[in-house]
Amino acid sequence: MSDHPTIDHDVLVIGAGGAGLRAAIEAASLGTRVGVVTKSLLGKAHTVMAEGGVAAAMGNVDDRDSWRVHFADTMRGGQYLNNWRMAELHAKEAPARVNELEKWGALFDRTKDGRILQRNFGGHRYPRLAHVGDRTGLEMIRTLQDHGIHEGIDVHMECTVVTLLHDGERIAGALAYDRERGRFKVFRAKAVVLATGGIGRAYSISSNSWEYTGDGHALAYLAGAALQDMEFVQFHPTGMIWPPSVRGILVTEGVRGEGGVLKNRDGRRFMFDNIPDNYKSQTADTEEEGWRYTQGDKDSRRPPELLTRDHVARMIVREVKEGRGSPHGGVFLDIAWIKDRVPNGAEHIKKKLPSMYHQFKQLANIDITKEPMEIGPTTHYVMGGIRVDGDTQMSTVPGLFACGECAAGLHGANRLGGNSLSDLLVFGKRAGEFAAEFARTNGDIRLDEREIDDGMQYALAPFDRGASGESAYQVQDALQTTMQDLVGIVRSQHEMEQALGELESLKQRADRVGVPGNREYNPGWHTALDLRHLLIVSEAIARSALERRESRGGHFRDDYPDKDPAFGSFNHVVRRGADGGMALERAPIPPLPAELAAIIEEMK
Amino acid sequence: MTAPSSTTTSHAVDAYTAAQQAQDAAVGHSSRTFRVWRGANGEGDFRDYTTEAMDGMVVLDALHQIQAEQAPDLALRWNCKAGKCGSCSAEINGKPKLMCMTRLDELPADEPVSVEPMRTFPHVRDLVTDVSWNFRVKPNITRFTPRAPDAPDGTWRVDQRDVDRVQEFRKCIECFLCQDVCHVLRDHHKHDEFIGPRFLVYAAALEMHPLDVADRTTQLKEAHGIGYCNITKCCTKVCPEGITITDNAIIPLKERVADQHFDPLRALVRLVRGKKKPG
Repeated sequence: MSDHPTIDHDVLVIGAGGAGLRAAIEAASLGTRVGVVTKSLLGKAHTVMAEGGVAAAMGNVDDRDSWRVHFADTMRGGQYLNNWRMAELHAKEAPARVNELEKWGALFDRTKDGRILQRNFGGHRYPRLAHVGDRTGLEMIRTLQDHGIHEGIDVHMECTVVTLLHDGERIAGALAYDRERGRFKVFRAKAVVLATGGIGRAYSISSNSWEYTGDGHALAYLAGAALQDMEFVQFHPTGMIWPPSVRGILVTEGVRGEGGVLKNRDGRRFMFDNIPDNYKSQTADTEEEGWRYTQGDKDSRRPPELLTRDHVARMIVREVKEGRGSPHGGVFLDIAWIKDRVPNGAEHIKKKLPSMYHQFKQLANIDITKEPMEIGPTTHYVMGGIRVDGDTQMSTVPGLFACGECAAGLHGANRLGGNSLSDLLVFGKRAGEFAAEFARTNGDIRLDEREIDDGMQYALAPFDRGASGESAYQVQDALQTTMQDLVGIVRSQHEMEQALGELESLKQRADRVGVPGNREYNPGWHTALDLRHLLIVSEAIARSALERRESRGGHFRDDYPDKDPAFGSFNHVVRRGADGGMALERAPIPPLPAELAAIIEEMK
Repeated sequence: MTAPSSTTTSHAVDAYTAAQQAQDAAVGHSSRTFRVWRGANGEGDFRDYTTEAMDGMVVLDALHQIQAEQAPDLALRWNCKAGKCGSCSAEINGKPKLMCMTRLDELPADEPVSVEPMRTFPHVRDLVTDVSWNFRVKPNITRFTPRAPDAPDGTWRVDQRDVDRVQEFRKCIECFLCQDVCHVLRDHHKHDEFIGPRFLVYAAALEMHPLDVADRTTQLKEAHGIGYCNITKCCTKVCPEGITITDNAIIPLKERVADQHFDPLRALVRLVRGKKKPG
């Protein structure tokens, strides 16, 4: 096969969102040679889209908050399928990680006494999200980027990984191509950190960019690692729906945190109609109490709009199903009403939610200070991912680490808003630290030239079929329709069996995809190579969801609408079987240590 | 090959997804022509593509549709499609804009929409340019350097007004449209001597950061060529985030540079006390 440059790093980080950058910074600070590979330009990753804030129990606004409450909230939100060790570490370490960002130049909004301000968010008992307006993600990724460029990290921009490489059982690096020229590059690394984000492009209604094709999930799976909890996909309740071209674009939960309410066609606040038992004691009885909560009254309880995302999304679908939806098939989200309750209401809304104001004005001709938004659920996040050790973030493959969205465990069956930004800081750091240690304590690796050749041959196959093969865009579109229609917010056995059948035929179609043109910056080629990853994660989602014959968190079954305690003691794990097919098993959740069990009991 | 529509009809979809799918047919459609720059490494020409546009579409939607239907190898950059990442910069009908935030109904309907790459950066392919120069410039600006923490726990106390003051600069999404339109870079190619409006905004964000104690005035004057800017305000006009680049960032920086370097009293103080930022 063709010649290729080989680039040596101790630690190779794949992905340059918040998790990848935080991992790279940590590994570099420990004296290892670090490379970062990113599909896009630096600073463009999906972290920029995070709006609401980063959850950390600093207690700056309400001193009743502590790591123990944050831990209990995270476990409750995740319906107790979480990796409890990760939930514990996350709650304990998040405040230090946020303060560290400030040391690196991040600027968060402040309390009256000059500390970092914290806001309310769904499922968090106390105001906990450090934020800056509604552009917290941009502040975080820019801070990590601007700090990282001075840390001696080699960044390979617009470079996409085709396959991970092995030295025996151990991970040894990655084969990649650069988008600009389409040339192959081989990265030899003693440890690899996957930080590739999510899988949102498997669905047609999605808040995710083209990058979110489950690369890390699929690369790890193909490299022999286990995936966990893949049935749990988060459908964010508030995405834009009108005009159709903006469908799926995220509307921050911060709108509800600032007092925004959900209404159906009849103007009714339907969220009061159905409050889950495990949140009853924490939810406001009246609209007035809910409003006071959003304005910082410590004696009030949260409005039902701030229940967990899985629940809010289902309630919206129910309104549409029962004929009470808004004109364009969603419901109304109204922040304009608070003008009657706060001085300078319109200015207040623009100040608290500047990018939402801009987004609706520009893309939908809606002035959110004057009229309600129309919204509906959008695929946003995957709780499932690469199965990792809670402390070290190492996967089941030696030398292969994962952090951020592509790793599983912290969020269980449903993620709380704000817990993803803290996740990527806490576990990005840990993954970087332990990957560096692994690289230091394990010897040199040898690359397997045949594995590299096979990878290159696979990557170039679509060109052999050229314009006579099927279009990658059509296969991707069909896959998104299958997943949206059959493995979406409301699931049932028959539909998921149908989906698995369609995925099988899509696999065959993907094998026949052809790409015209040459290797230089050819998005048709990139889309073709993404298909394998999308197909793997889609199958993992459908198989795991089919076996979970209950409803829990982000996973809702029409045919099993209730939670079943029998399904509360294990995680679904998939890995590649000896025959090349996908094998699913149940992995029991280890019992909680007495100290953590006592916290959960106390906070019930 | 199975057409996607036939797959769709055999699915029993949930009410919400069905309602959403129905909107695509409900919305108005019209045929639009796009004149897109195609080619590689600076060589190329415009090619026309006609596609069926839905009301509300942005330029990026139309180009994606053209990719899927007619030109699978049409090269372009994009990520968030919500004006937050600054990837999809291009020149639309000759004006530097984000493709994801430019609605078709803002553009004249009776003529083709022209889309071409940013002209200030080396061309790669179709709408993609080599913007790597920007990434090389940034590390040359002295990094954030905080004062000692205010509290024993290592944290700082900051007034919200001081946070608000620099928010404007920190909104920057690094789309590089300001760099594209700056004549010092575009026409005079002073890339080696001038960092451009984006990085003057970056320097301003650091200089006015409430915790930062570094002094960047000397490098702004000597290495970063702030003097080249003659305040034509082209950058401000194209900023998709509405940052008042010249008035709020560049002019105050120019004043700091002037104060530091041309005020003899300050120069003396600086000599005696070592570097210390003004204000």
